[in-house]
Amino acid sequence: MSARTVNQKAWWLVLPVVVLVGFNAIVPLMTVVNYSVQETFGNNKFFFEGVKWFEMVIHSARFHDALKRQLLFTAIVLAIEVPLGVAVALAMPRRGVWASVCLVLMSMPLLIPWNVVGAIWNIFALPDIGMLGWTLNRAGIDYNFTRQPVAAWATLIAMDVWHWTSLVALLAYAGLSAIPDAYYQAAKIDGASAWAVFRHVQLPKMKHVLTIAVLLRFMDSFMIYTEPFVLTGGGPGNATTLLSIDLVKIALGQFDLGPAGAMSLIYFLIILLLSWMFYRVMTLGEAE
Amino acid sequence: MARIRIEHLRHSYVPRPAREADWALKEVDLEWADGGAYALLGPSGCGKTTLLNIVSGLLRPTAGRIFFGDADVTASPPGERNIAQVFQFPVVYDTMTVYDNLAFPLRNRGVPEARVDPRVREIAALLDLAAMLPQRAAGLTADGKQKISLGRGLVRSDVNVIMFDEPLTVIDPHLKWRLRSKLKELHQRIGITMIYVTHDQTEAMTFADQVVVMHEGTVVQVGTPVELFERPRHTFVGHFIGSPGMNILPCRLENGVARFAGVAIPTANATTKTPNGARTEIGVRPEFVRFASAGIPVRVAAVSDAGRHQIVETRHGDTVIRLLLDERDQVPTVAAHVSFDTAFTRLYVDGWLAG
Amino acid sequence: MKRMTWLVPALYIVFLMLPIYWLLCMSFKTTNEILGQFTPWPQNFTLENYRKILTDSTWYMGYVNSLIYVVINTVMSVAVALPAAYAFSRYRFLGDKHLFFWLLSNRMAPAAVFALPFFQLYSAIGLFDTHIAVALAHCLFNVPLAVWILEGFMSGVPKELDELAFIDGYPFWKFFVKIFLPAIAAGIGVAAFFCFMFSWVELLLAKTLTSVAAKPIAATMTRTASASGYELGLLAAAGALTIVPGAFVIYFVRNYIAKGFSLGRV
Repeated sequence: MSARTVNQKAWWLVLPVVVLVGFNAIVPLMTVVNYSVQETFGNNKFFFEGVKWFEMVIHSARFHDALKRQLLFTAIVLAIEVPLGVAVALAMPRRGVWASVCLVLMSMPLLIPWNVVGAIWNIFALPDIGMLGWTLNRAGIDYNFTRQPVAAWATLIAMDVWHWTSLVALLAYAGLSAIPDAYYQAAKIDGASAWAVFRHVQLPKMKHVLTIAVLLRFMDSFMIYTEPFVLTGGGPGNATTLLSIDLVKIALGQFDLGPAGAMSLIYFLIILLLSWMFYRVMTLGEAE
Repeated sequence: MARIRIEHLRHSYVPRPAREADWALKEVDLEWADGGAYALLGPSGCGKTTLLNIVSGLLRPTAGRIFFGDADVTASPPGERNIAQVFQFPVVYDTMTVYDNLAFPLRNRGVPEARVDPRVREIAALLDLAAMLPQRAAGLTADGKQKISLGRGLVRSDVNVIMFDEPLTVIDPHLKWRLRSKLKELHQRIGITMIYVTHDQTEAMTFADQVVVMHEGTVVQVGTPVELFERPRHTFVGHFIGSPGMNILPCRLENGVARFAGVAIPTANATTKTPNGARTEIGVRPEFVRFASAGIPVRVAAVSDAGRHQIVETRHGDTVIRLLLDERDQVPTVAAHVSFDTAFTRLYVDGWLAG
Repeated sequence: MKRMTWLVPALYIVFLMLPIYWLLCMSFKTTNEILGQFTPWPQNFTLENYRKILTDSTWYMGYVNSLIYVVINTVMSVAVALPAAYAFSRYRFLGDKHLFFWLLSNRMAPAAVFALPFFQLYSAIGLFDTHIAVALAHCLFNVPLAVWILEGFMSGVPKELDELAFIDGYPFWKFFVKIFLPAIAAGIGVAAFFCFMFSWVELLLAKTLTSVAAKPIAATMTRTASASGYELGLLAAAGALTIVPGAFVIYFVRNYIAKGFSLGRV
């Protein structure tokens, strides 16, 4: 890739974006920071407490458990959704009626409000009245996600894969479409096998979209709240209490704004750090 | 090494072509001798890229056949035709080094590594790429990348034809001539058949021994650059080649003599047999038009300086007649007469050379 | 192997359609039937759920409201993102890498964190309960996404294309509209669809910033969970209907996303 020219006037092009996003971002950030270093007993009276909440959160076993569950969930979900999405995109027809049909059908799970997604899967998986639950139990598998932690996890993961893989697939598909025909033609002339084409033409050219897909899925799955909440409520027990669910319990359930604020910031920093690491790894080798 | 023969080739991109306009290639019959340098010249949309892609096997023609030597290759994929193609935009495998790029076609065909290395180095030396072999291909400039594309074609010892699809499009203007000279030099050294598609007449005329001029899906003329210049068989060729192009004047035919504005114009070719209602025109290049004391009355409209000569644009009514004058000659002020050199003045019927 | 590849998308789509089929089933059943026992298709087929939604203005206005602010947001996000993405793709400037990552970081905090502050902010500037408020608020996460996606696709277009146009004397806007945009068509299609989608399904902020005049469909749907237990049939029908606008959007941009980019004559 040829070098980009240095041009400070480019700031004018990004100014609208900065204003729009900054407007929305700065104010809330200040509020959260504010909460995180204060104590309140209600009555809107705040006492400055310094880093007390941060220390408390970092040392809390409850936080560690939620964090571990979250990391496991995100890892599993990424490991399934990214390869699956890419595989589907590679196999989908490039043009014609079937391509349109595929695209429309694939995008449906993405369009359903997340609380409805949770509700659908909730009923879908119930052992006595749901299609999935009923079928599995009839087939001899003892399945009840409201009471078995493993079943709850399996259902949660299945729901997330069902819901979000299409995002990866759509991005990958668009990325593939953007590859000029000449590359495929040259590869044909060079006698390249299908695997060689994938490795030397498609995969490198999809690097940008794959980075986006991986980072997006990482961030969104790390922050996931509504779907698991509606599906399992965090249970059975706290088997599926992921980080967001735990945070909301603390903030709204117990009105501990101090710890909640601190936890929010720590949460954000974890995501920031891990995203930064992902980002650096995936953009390694970009000529700057 | 092989002779290429194209028979009754027609191609349409539309599944059920109904009208004339649906056909990208209307009827092409061509024969290219072994080892020549050919150009396919024509404006955008004339079908030259379509023809190129059919020759290379990237496109299956709707009708007609193509032979490499005596073998009918119409249905063969590109890999089996032993051709190489350089595209308009540089196509390199970004993740590989220059060396691996050049070695790629050989490795895909199972050539043992011991034979790959000397071959790659030989071609790299030929193209002045030797110093850049260990570098990542993505980091090269546009002309470097085009050389890699070319190299991938040359590296295979079984290549019959190399095809170029407007390869200089993205090259810096001051590097274009360098790459062009390199191509010509390569052709003289290696002697492989080269087919060069372009819309730039300078590129075509300087590179090729024979130029195929195309217009709206048909081959209008095949000939050497000189033939195309001096004896265009179609008004399109006259107009397209040369800068400025040929003057075309509508004329009336009376008893075998062409007349324009009442003035009789003697032509090098004459005919008495013209179908009724045919469009008759006279074509003469600005190089062969002169100011004279008698001839067609014209009015001088504009003069432009083109370095060592001047291009004078004169008008008779709505018709524009251009002529060239040496830079030192005086341009008549307003009204004058022009006459044509008979040897290079030709009559065209419905666009085609008469007789 | 070529012939079997269609099996992958086929199986995948069957997997996707099972819960959708289930959703449609539920939308044609009464809540009693849903909760009573498992029936693979509606035993007592009813259109009551759909009738309720399509005739009750508090319901269908929810769709209209959502559609309004989502469209505003999508257009705004993509329009603003295009020049910014071009800048990131073609130029180096002070702080460019950090700015880029900062944009991304706005997607790294859960919406819950922003709910209360946004409520205060937008009320303070008098935009509470307007479509434009939600459209603006959603810019927080949609604009970075659009910039990010567009930049990726723009970087795939060789810089030589820009220079070529300049050499040929094309004015910049003409080059941008006639040559550049078609080259990144797939990116625009996908960015537009994702902006639409993420704004369409966003529940918390949309609910927080509106009350009556601009109440989105997602908020109306949560009503079904409060009054008389969980009105599942109604919820299912509402959910099924939410798929429709988005399906139109992807159908509309399908030619952009599936377009093969054959480097055309410049």
